[in-house]
Amino acid sequence: MAGHFEPTEDGGAAIALDEVEISILRSLVVQLLELIGPGNEPADQPRPPHDAGSGGEGGGNSVDDELAGIEAVSWPPFADGPSEPPADPALARLFPDAYGPGPGAAPPEGQPPDSEEAARAKRDRAASAEFRRYTENDLRARKREDGLAVVRTLDALTPGERGAVLTLTPQESQQWLGALNDLRLAIGTRLQVSDDSDDELYQLPDSDERKPMVMAYLWLGGLQETLVETLMP
Amino acid sequence: MGPVSVATPTEIERPETTEEPVEVPEPDVPWVTVVHNDPVNLMSYVTYVFQAYFGYSKEKAKKLMLDVHHKGRAIVSSGTREEMERDVQAMHSYGLWATLTQDR
Repeated sequence: MAGHFEPTEDGGAAIALDEVEISILRSLVVQLLELIGPGNEPADQPRPPHDAGSGGEGGGNSVDDELAGIEAVSWPPFADGPSEPPADPALARLFPDAYGPGPGAAPPEGQPPDSEEAARAKRDRAASAEFRRYTENDLRARKREDGLAVVRTLDALTPGERGAVLTLTPQESQQWLGALNDLRLAIGTRLQVSDDSDDELYQLPDSDERKPMVMAYLWLGGLQETLVETLMP
Repeated sequence: MGPVSVATPTEIERPETTEEPVEVPEPDVPWVTVVHNDPVNLMSYVTYVFQAYFGYSKEKAKKLMLDVHHKGRAIVSSGTREEMERDVQAMHSYGLWATLTQDR
């Protein structure tokens, strides 16, 4: 079971993880949570001070402390979401426009302003903005819940010398699947993974600064692939 | 209270309009959800999403996934605009790149 998920009898999944793997996964997912942000506020919003009464080892180590900042920030639950796509390419990939030609299309700026294409692009932009206002906060909340579920299940492990076996309920499997996919989308966007660049990315010399992230990306792909298999109807 | 008399027009004058009407999309053209190819999503995962969300058979889900992969995009569902917005929202929550549109 090392390195890959296997189905469990109750429809969940299990995997053996060593301490390094647990720590890498946790750190990547926490970064994803920071990228996704608390809601309709900027991700770098000051966080409420941690409760100094807990812990005592200088703080920062306990889950509650670490997640307090992420979880405690509330936002008006019925507030409108943003209407513009995120500027960060990784976020823009996680929260794409609902209307328009999709990826790989020529930018509408290249069209003459009075053309049918330009009029269409304008309509798509307006409809995408409207859609985003009503859906992006929900989508953000869902992605945050998935990521938080991963952190919680990892933190519930007590790894011994030879690691630990992580066992997921069917619902946790779904949340892990979503979080692993979001993580790969974010990393893949950062690495500028494309159908063409694969060969180059996967044969980087050890000295290349992208190498560790590529290794993580491939490892996450293996985790997701085997997790999907456990869920296949 | 007496009966309400309703003036029945015997003649309706239809004004001649030369102006093109403001663009109104054809109501009977269905909206469709389009899933676009991307280099990150796993083929098995995309197939799984089509099965899990739309309830498609493994064969149909796999064919749609291959269409996305080879042709760059595939229509995965059709219906009213509201239904397609729901499908697109669901696809986004699975991390698939989807859009809705009214033409094919």
